Amino acid sequence: MSASRQKMAMALRAAFPHTLPVLTGFTCLGMAYGVLMAGKGYGPFYATLMSAVAFCGSMQYVAITLLIISFDPVSAFLMSLMVNARHLFYGLSMLPRYRDMGKLRNVLIYLLCDETFSIACTVAPPPEAKPAHFYAVISLLDYFYWVAATFLGGLLSSLIRMETNGLDFVLTALFVVLFLDQWQRKENRASAIIGLASAAVSLLVFGRGGFILPAMGSMVAALLMGRRRLCR
Amino acid sequence: MPLNPLQTLVMILAVAAGCALTRFLPFWLFPEKRKVPPVVRYLGGTLPPAMMGFLVVYCLKDMDLVASPHGLPEGIAIGCIVLIHTWKRNVLLSIGGGTAVFMVLTRILG
Repeated sequence: MSASRQKMAMALRAAFPHTLPVLTGFTCLGMAYGVLMAGKGYGPFYATLMSAVAFCGSMQYVAITLLIISFDPVSAFLMSLMVNARHLFYGLSMLPRYRDMGKLRNVLIYLLCDETFSIACTVAPPPEAKPAHFYAVISLLDYFYWVAATFLGGLLSSLIRMETNGLDFVLTALFVVLFLDQWQRKENRASAIIGLASAAVSLLVFGRGGFILPAMGSMVAALLMGRRRLCR
Repeated sequence: MPLNPLQTLVMILAVAAGCALTRFLPFWLFPEKRKVPPVVRYLGGTLPPAMMGFLVVYCLKDMDLVASPHGLPEGIAIGCIVLIHTWKRNVLLSIGGGTAVFMVLTRILG
């Protein structure tokens, strides 16, 4: 075994246990995505393609509704920007950690998702593995789980008929859980309420068709106005 | 499959492009040596919890409080998630349990 191979194996051994919760979660959500896509007539090929190219869990679920309304790529692009806007802030947090990553840098950025972010910003690379390898293994494992689960879900749903009515609630459940995890830290609570309130008020005022932009705008405005008070 | 293969491919690329832009932008705006302004750092810390609140509401946008079952399945299922998650802190259990409760309730009350 060459030295670089050995280093990579060490990174894999160190990183894999941290990705186990993601493996279980992505198996559920990825398969559910494959099943839901198949339910709208998009077989495993398209579901897997979406997972492999876009790799953005929640937006992929949102895109299911876009794929059945009409052909409108501009809206899809803008919607993807809005729903994925949180990545901007993951990126900002990862700036120092993804430094000196060499050729792997662009891969790491492209594959940065909620789960990978939460591991990479809480777990420090062990001394025996190169940080670039360690982070890359986490990203690639999570990516592989998601794509493989999507394919499996799409495949199984076309082989057997599944009762999927209400299964899309997994997404709501996921965000409620992530919300609760944020809520656990006291200094996050004001921001969490601002997010809930600005979305709820915008939904009441503008209706489900056009509330995303006003919600994001009022959220950022409220956060900036409260800056002195919320500042940490 | 309401769209044809080419349209579907374009839609996939549009979603991917929007997503990739949000991932790459911070790294383009703040190359390794440039200092991140305090306002951006502040938003980087406060937006994640706010976004989760937004996303919960976003998922519930099609819920109808006026017509039966008046959003009861959603409300009860979310209540269960809060209880299970505060109790066990197990992501999979919370998501699986909440979704199961929701699927049962929509069949009973729906």
